[in-house]
Amino acid sequence: MRHDDPWYDEPASGRGEPDGTGSFAPTGPPGPVNPRRGHSAADIYMEVQRSEAFQEVRRRYRRFVVPATIGFLVWYLVYVVAAVTAPGLMARPLAGVVNVAMVAGLGQFLTAFLLTGAYARHARLRRDRAALDLRWQTQEMTRGAGR
Amino acid sequence: MNGNHETLALLLFSAFIAVTLAITTWVSRNRRGSAEEFYAGGRLFSPMENGFAIAGDYMSAASFLGISGLIALFGYDGMLYSVGFLVAWLVVLLLVAELVRNCGRFTLADVVAARMAERPVRIAAGTSSVTVSVLYLVAQMVGAGSLVALLLGGTSGAARSWTVIGVGALMVIYVSLGGMRATTWIQIVKAVVLMAGAVVLTVLVLVRFHGDFNALLDSAAERSGHGSRFLAPGLRYGGTWTARIDFISLGLALVLGTAGLPHILSRFYTVPTARAARRSVVWSIGLIGSFYLMTIALGFGAAALVGSAEVRASNSAGNTAVPLLALVLGGGEGSTGGTVLFAVVAAVAFATILAVVAGITLASSASVAHDLYASLRRPGAKQYSEVAVARVAAAVIGVSAIGLGLVAQDLNVAFLVGLAFAVAASANLPVLLYSLFWRNFTTRGAVWSVYGGLIPAVLLVLLSPVVSGSPDSLFPGADFQLFPLENPGLVSIPLGFLAGWAGTVTSTDPPDEAKHAETEVRALTGAGAV
Repeated sequence: MRHDDPWYDEPASGRGEPDGTGSFAPTGPPGPVNPRRGHSAADIYMEVQRSEAFQEVRRRYRRFVVPATIGFLVWYLVYVVAAVTAPGLMARPLAGVVNVAMVAGLGQFLTAFLLTGAYARHARLRRDRAALDLRWQTQEMTRGAGR
Repeated sequence: MNGNHETLALLLFSAFIAVTLAITTWVSRNRRGSAEEFYAGGRLFSPMENGFAIAGDYMSAASFLGISGLIALFGYDGMLYSVGFLVAWLVVLLLVAELVRNCGRFTLADVVAARMAERPVRIAAGTSSVTVSVLYLVAQMVGAGSLVALLLGGTSGAARSWTVIGVGALMVIYVSLGGMRATTWIQIVKAVVLMAGAVVLTVLVLVRFHGDFNALLDSAAERSGHGSRFLAPGLRYGGTWTARIDFISLGLALVLGTAGLPHILSRFYTVPTARAARRSVVWSIGLIGSFYLMTIALGFGAAALVGSAEVRASNSAGNTAVPLLALVLGGGEGSTGGTVLFAVVAAVAFATILAVVAGITLASSASVAHDLYASLRRPGAKQYSEVAVARVAAAVIGVSAIGLGLVAQDLNVAFLVGLAFAVAASANLPVLLYSLFWRNFTTRGAVWSVYGGLIPAVLLVLLSPVVSGSPDSLFPGADFQLFPLENPGLVSIPLGFLAGWAGTVTSTDPPDEAKHAETEVRALTGAGAV
């Protein structure tokens, strides 16, 4: 999948190292025609942040991540707190010597695997393409912009 | 214990050292010596390679020896570590990995400093990263020491100390010569070796019980001497309410700590994009999850086949349960099978410790050179290159961890790691999440959040029964214990979040809206990522 993961030589907003970190080849001189001349990088980022396309990416990310995070944290905390407040319930045997606590513990493993799969799928299908388009657009706009 | 397994284990271990040294030499043959290369291995690892390396970095001696040991001694209560260590990865996957990859360059401080006044934030985040790393390093050193004590029979104090020193010295050499590229390959080799070792032992345990998990649990409960209580919560953390609250505190620290570990965060910078970072986390969750499932089987297997009493007799903290289990599975003491398996397990555990120590040493040297040195150096002073500083820092951190490792030899490894997680969750996680998700977060909030988590966490550990006031503590003679819990997470994690909030709302400067827009756009799209 390297085709959509290319390197890009736009420096991050971190400081440039004076001691030769070497790998940031400075971008070539900005082309003669720059439709956004006069915009600073800060303006461009604010503009992108307000754009409908970005809001959509952010909405999709948050709509998945917020409920999922609350869900698995609550499920985990219930599991931990139940162990100390309801040891009788947790010790109740279900099949042979396998008890509620053991099943809940293995259930944690199962839900972790399932959520991982669901998140990876959601990000791949619903977010990656749009985010990548925005990345190119933003970098195209910031190229040559004053910082 | 006869001499055969010692010789074999030492042979296998030397082979591992030879292979890893060869790797170090090979990958550093035409190294460019840039920071990009030293801290991030050129950022060109594939998701699968990085996934294995993350798993290798994470599945420490604490997991292999410590968790299985705790399960062998306390049954179900030890399982909490397995579950917490895995669930923690969901925090990393959902909230941290991709965004950190997009926003930062080498360290945690990079992400925060992108939005804030650089100097104070870097100093704060650098300090807490180094603290977490040193605590975690001590745990690994203690693991190495107890392993050698078992291997050489008896508790020969000198042999133990020399192992700790040797492991530390070797790692400093790997890290300062090979940087991230060598470290990553060591992690990958180690992850493969460790998984293979765990699979072999688990299969042997299950074969012993004809694949009947119920029978395994049944005889574990019987040999433990606790009966069915062994399989239910409460054996270690059941008695008083203090112990129960300690359990919750530990559970919280485990699940929130991983996302604040500097050596885990720095692994996301070794792949080219956020998407690759996500895929490497998916790989590592698969590996780590299956590994922790196996540690559960191994822990109960050790209780069933070796017996809790014998495990405790060999090492009171349980750190040697798995090597003892291997000896029994191979046919008992003196048999060829037992000797070979024991040696293999000992060598695997050594490899594990070496690889993890390398990862942490590298991450903390990055914090020292990239964050602390770059911020604290006097303007007029002679400038050394950042990579040179990082190499020296690796040596200094290695030496201090060796020293502390020699002091803390009698504490359970998994438990020590629990402390490191508590500090990471209190000092690093709040500032990271606030920077990524909170529009109004300010510089003061960031600085307060780091110190507001770090200082309480460290103080509470110092005032806890771990350090003084009980027969098992570090200084059993002294008593300055004021805080009842062994793990500070329950108090210090909320304090970290609270301090960040308080610092932000009392801030005199308004939040920088443009910087927030930039962070958010870059985090979610990858624009401008290095």
